[in-house]
Amino acid sequence: MIRVIVGLAVLILGSTGGEIAITHGMKSTGEPAQLRPRAVLQFLGRAVRNGWFLVGVPLMALSFYSLLLLLSWEPISLVIPASALSYVVGTFGAKYVLREDVSVARWAGVVLVCIGVALVAAG
Amino acid sequence: MASERRLRIKTLVMVLSMVVCANAGDLLLKRGMAQIGAVGLTAHGIAQAFRLTIASETIWLAIFFLLGFMASYMTVLSWADYSYVMPAGAFGYAVLTFLAVVFLHESVSPRRWVGVVLICVGVLLVGQTKPRTTEVASEVAA
Repeated sequence: MIRVIVGLAVLILGSTGGEIAITHGMKSTGEPAQLRPRAVLQFLGRAVRNGWFLVGVPLMALSFYSLLLLLSWEPISLVIPASALSYVVGTFGAKYVLREDVSVARWAGVVLVCIGVALVAAG
Repeated sequence: MASERRLRIKTLVMVLSMVVCANAGDLLLKRGMAQIGAVGLTAHGIAQAFRLTIASETIWLAIFFLLGFMASYMTVLSWADYSYVMPAGAFGYAVLTFLAVVFLHESVSPRRWVGVVLICVGVLLVGQTKPRTTEVASEVAA
């Protein structure tokens, strides 16, 4: 039981931490001046050299490996719905780490999406 | 006001691109791996699967779409809030369920339909909020 809880914590915190680091990296890179393929490719080239991107990718890899471990221990009908908690944890991260203004409407939407994903994944 | 509208439209386009690329990539990956068959968990089995994987056009097409997803995701995060993009991307679960019913004629349980409805309502709620609530670095000339 303890190892499943630790595995889920690593899965959720790893994916959320990785995505927050990548978001921070993207924001500091600045948005592309144009949404044309060449401009976007040049933007992505700059983005992948950003230090925060290099922090985010290993965290997401760690999260992926913990998902594989969890799937080898527990049924998918438990693991995937439980991992939907990352929507709520991610929103806390967005509010307190990225300083985004999360309105009541956005919180309500995130909670509904979290429950919805858990129900869809549970089948 | 015009810039707000432009922001919403380009965010919507990128989120749709994320959803389409992620779903297409996952479906193609599933088809490609089904063509390869069950992978034996031995050194020989894994090496054999690796050779078949890199020779599969379907797998490469899947990788192309998944790279498209990553590019769309990174690009939209350069201007939009993470707390806006993340739940909006979950719309893919609803799309996948509809596709499974329409094209694969799968039966979907009532619990799953409730989940789809909750996701759609949740995404609509998030969609009503401003896509960007933080300062963004000034546009970088490409």
